[in-house]
Amino acid sequence: MKSIGFVPNRLAKAVFVVLGVIVLNFLLIHLAPGDPASVMAGEAGAGDEQFLAQLRQQFGLDQPLYTQVWLYLKGVVQLDLGFSYRNNVPVAELILDRLPATLLLTGSAFVFSLLLGVALGVMAAARRGRIADSAIMTGALLFYATPLFWVSLMAILVFSIQLNWVPPFGMESVGAGLTGFARIVDIAHHLVLPVVTLGLFFTAVYTRITRASMLEVSSLEFVKTAKAKGVPPGQITRRHVLRNALLPVFTFAGIQAGQLLGGAVLTETVFAWPGIGRLMFDALLQRDYPVLLGVFLVTAVMVVLVNLATDMLYRFVDPRIEVNA
Amino acid sequence: MKSFSRRYMRNKGAVVGIAIVVLVMLVALLAGALFPSNPWNAVAEPLLDPFTDPAYPLGTDMLGRDIAAGLAYGARVSLLVGVVSTLVATLIGISIGALAGYYGGRVDDLLMRLTEFFQTIPTLAMAVVLVAIFQPSITSIVGAIALVSWPPVARLVRGEFLSLRSREFVQAAVVIGLRPSRIIFTQILPNTMSPIIVTASLMIATAILTESALSFLGLGDRNMMSWGFMIGAARTMLRESWWMSFMPGVAILLTVLAVNLIGEGLNDALNPHLRSRGGL
Repeated sequence: MKSIGFVPNRLAKAVFVVLGVIVLNFLLIHLAPGDPASVMAGEAGAGDEQFLAQLRQQFGLDQPLYTQVWLYLKGVVQLDLGFSYRNNVPVAELILDRLPATLLLTGSAFVFSLLLGVALGVMAAARRGRIADSAIMTGALLFYATPLFWVSLMAILVFSIQLNWVPPFGMESVGAGLTGFARIVDIAHHLVLPVVTLGLFFTAVYTRITRASMLEVSSLEFVKTAKAKGVPPGQITRRHVLRNALLPVFTFAGIQAGQLLGGAVLTETVFAWPGIGRLMFDALLQRDYPVLLGVFLVTAVMVVLVNLATDMLYRFVDPRIEVNA
Repeated sequence: MKSFSRRYMRNKGAVVGIAIVVLVMLVALLAGALFPSNPWNAVAEPLLDPFTDPAYPLGTDMLGRDIAAGLAYGARVSLLVGVVSTLVATLIGISIGALAGYYGGRVDDLLMRLTEFFQTIPTLAMAVVLVAIFQPSITSIVGAIALVSWPPVARLVRGEFLSLRSREFVQAAVVIGLRPSRIIFTQILPNTMSPIIVTASLMIATAILTESALSFLGLGDRNMMSWGFMIGAARTMLRESWWMSFMPGVAILLTVLAVNLIGEGLNDALNPHLRSRGGL
């Protein structure tokens, strides 16, 4: 059971980060200019003195700071993320309601960008220095510099407005009342543009890493040995080089998961995708700070979980990594 | 120095990058002279198509604001935020990385936990929250971007410090009794500048993208015209006047691309031994 010895260590780190985010969230409410009660109330009730006094009492804002941190932590652990006075609903409820849409979008974009990025990176590495290589790497360089929200708008312009291939916004056809398989097809149809535009930047990143990693592994001794033994080139690429080259790509993919979730704010805003990113944008417009901070907290926790998962997966996939490495 | 510029000039992309950045800088500097009136003011009839009126070569937006003027003034914000936030982030990163790498042990543990913490949190989401809470202004935008960007520098500097710390010239400096601050600043830090410069130049590109995303979301400084804001404002007019959101996007794309090309050129010129790794 040596190989799972690192789990408690990694878990402790993850818990540390989550606690840190909660405390940071708490501090942000207090660091904000003005009275924390009016920050929590948002613009909804900031003018109402009686309401503010009630909030101060409810959240112990008149007590010492460490008591407040404790109260806040206790609340968050019980999934109490505060109350949205704008929407008159608990923040946790709002977020849980929107979470599946975001997971569908970011999960699909993650798979899309990883598969396409690895495929393109392998192609580029195999044709190093030739036209295909330069074409792929130039494309990667361009998409690496393209603002996510702008490429989304341009994609709507071309594929929805001009060509009318895919719907420009939303997750489902409004009022169509579709069920079962027809509904899945409908959602998939709506999913295409958001996934591709969100994934393009990350595809560029994975392409570059995969190519670099493939070239690095190709120059190692065991590949030369395989060549000398007369293993066919295709087999060397697939069975010897790719398998080893993918490890750093996966590690990096775990790190990028956080950026992907952040990017969802932009994608969901442009495509009116009903997830937590869009919720964050609406909260921004309404200055609804409890929702804003709630989404931030949930996003950060999800990133920690993804990182933890990739880290463990990585160590099981690559037995060379020692327990306490 | 001569071999540096020769190695840099050998990278054609990097030369193109310099040319584009110089052009954007010129536009930013001359914005006031080229377009004396405030870019927020309505100057002509709204929704003028581009290339129809020589006085407004790129047309006007739905409120009759000059798009060419908006692009010129927007260049100022992009470059300013990109450079200043990167400078601040680099300073934070160097300080934390140097302390962690030089002292090691507990200090290192603590500072690296802090770095991992900031590296885990999704950068855009955190920047959005920070700017929203502290109210959108050029200061809060620069501060927020700096605060989410420093971890890679800290890790890099720490790594360099760890390996240089045990080298003989540093040991010699310790033995002759130099103060730690002097060893850090005069002995070790100068030897870590090349990778820091490369990383910082690539960070400018990311910072420009983040600034544009913030102002697209309505978190820009209300007193300064920016490319992200122009795209955000033109969004609702996509069907009727697509060029209004097209042009600022091209400006961002070209600037970010140019900065990235410069970064890669610097990498080739400053770290020749890394060339074989094929970028990134």
